[in-house]
Amino acid sequence: MTASLRETLVSPVFSNNPIGLQILGICSALAVTSKLEVALVMCIALTSVTAFSNLFVSLIREVIPSNIRIIVQMTIIASLVIIVDQILGAVAYEISKQLTVFVGLIITNCIVMGRAEAFAMQNPPLPSFVDGFGNGLGYSLVLVLVAVIRELFGSGSLMGYEILPLVTNGGWYNPMGMMLLPPSAFFIIGFLIWGLRVWKSDQVEQPDFEIVHHTALSSRPA
Amino acid sequence: MPEPTPPRDKDSIRNILVVALSVCLFFAVLVSTTSVLLKPAREANMEKDRNRNILAAAGLYQEKVTRDKDIPALFAKFEVRLLDLESDRLISEAEMDALGLSYARYDQRKLARDTKLSRALPRNEDPAGISRQARYVPVYFLREAGRLDRIVLPVHGYGLWSTLYGFIALMGDARTVAGITFYEHQETPGLGGEVDNPRWKSRWQGKQLYGDSGRVELELVKGSSAPGNPSQIDGLSGATLTTRGVHNLIHFWMGEEGYGPFLATLRP
Repeated sequence: MTASLRETLVSPVFSNNPIGLQILGICSALAVTSKLEVALVMCIALTSVTAFSNLFVSLIREVIPSNIRIIVQMTIIASLVIIVDQILGAVAYEISKQLTVFVGLIITNCIVMGRAEAFAMQNPPLPSFVDGFGNGLGYSLVLVLVAVIRELFGSGSLMGYEILPLVTNGGWYNPMGMMLLPPSAFFIIGFLIWGLRVWKSDQVEQPDFEIVHHTALSSRPA
Repeated sequence: MPEPTPPRDKDSIRNILVVALSVCLFFAVLVSTTSVLLKPAREANMEKDRNRNILAAAGLYQEKVTRDKDIPALFAKFEVRLLDLESDRLISEAEMDALGLSYARYDQRKLARDTKLSRALPRNEDPAGISRQARYVPVYFLREAGRLDRIVLPVHGYGLWSTLYGFIALMGDARTVAGITFYEHQETPGLGGEVDNPRWKSRWQGKQLYGDSGRVELELVKGSSAPGNPSQIDGLSGATLTTRGVHNLIHFWMGEEGYGPFLATLRP
């Protein structure tokens, strides 16, 4: 693997994370992270859709008329999502029932569309595929972190196995009910982004404006 | 945006049509191939899930206790029969053969579209919003020591966004609810989707479907039901239309147009 391909794969995981930096795909990150198992399946579904939609878009990027490029991308993405949904229904029926509409909503996930439009339309198939895969991994990393925190503290378990024995089952851990509700994912993602930007301070955005000095004070001679 | 290729008329009407058509064709073939190839696996999963729900409605399946591989054995204890809703009696194997029906290939939705084997419901007789009703429906009987113990009946009806498909189980007296479960619906998660909530479903147990007059009197009420009232169940909060849908479908299927007359024949 060449250095640039590796860069394409790894950079969306930490330095250009779709959720952490681009703040895309928050909706499903809130909805499917109350259980780790469900979140993992969602990650696999989204990663494969992003990778393959990038691949297909890139393959035909030179013939897509610019007038209808968005609808062509949507057709590709929607078809892939239906295929993923069908596969889930065949191999992981229980989980696909829990994911319900959220697999279908991958169609509208900004990451997929964003990568197709921003990367795959200008790059050859292989780097596009790797870019889609890398962005899927970046998304997955955040989803898994959020799901681990939510399931561990909300239900005292991971992947359905009890880690912290619950008070109701004779243990000592009193679960945090809020962790099971969608707002907790907002807080966790917020803290993750904060942590990420402390570690990689170049991700901190320039303020949109600076607060000027108090005019009444600054006009007065010192 | 810099063009990656030398000038080429990719925005011509002809190219737009060619690209649009070929993209559609390619993905249509891809999607339908996957769908056809995976259909057997999906159907097997759906059947297993349906059997699990029949067991759950009857109170034989416990979450996290009953193992998946025990489902076929447990389900085998049930006797499946087809009920003719027009004459309100169970039909024999010979009649099933004559009609070309079998339990394994039974599909209520397909049957409801067959004009010979179903009937259209006029608007004023269709509170459940199902528009067509299949004439033959499967009913599941569980006998313990020769005595009828549970009757499981399929029900469906329109909620807020979708048709809810489920099962209602009755005790052997054909009037007391033993349990209810919905195996397919697309109601709002957290609001109407709470029809799946085990605590809410457990409130159905022991409720009386019929009043002294023989009419369906079980109702889902807004706010809290009178404590101890055997014919009232709390509605789902924040889900008025889903609650109304469930109320209507119970009244329809348990009433004259549904299983009402058949259930009356089971009562001593």
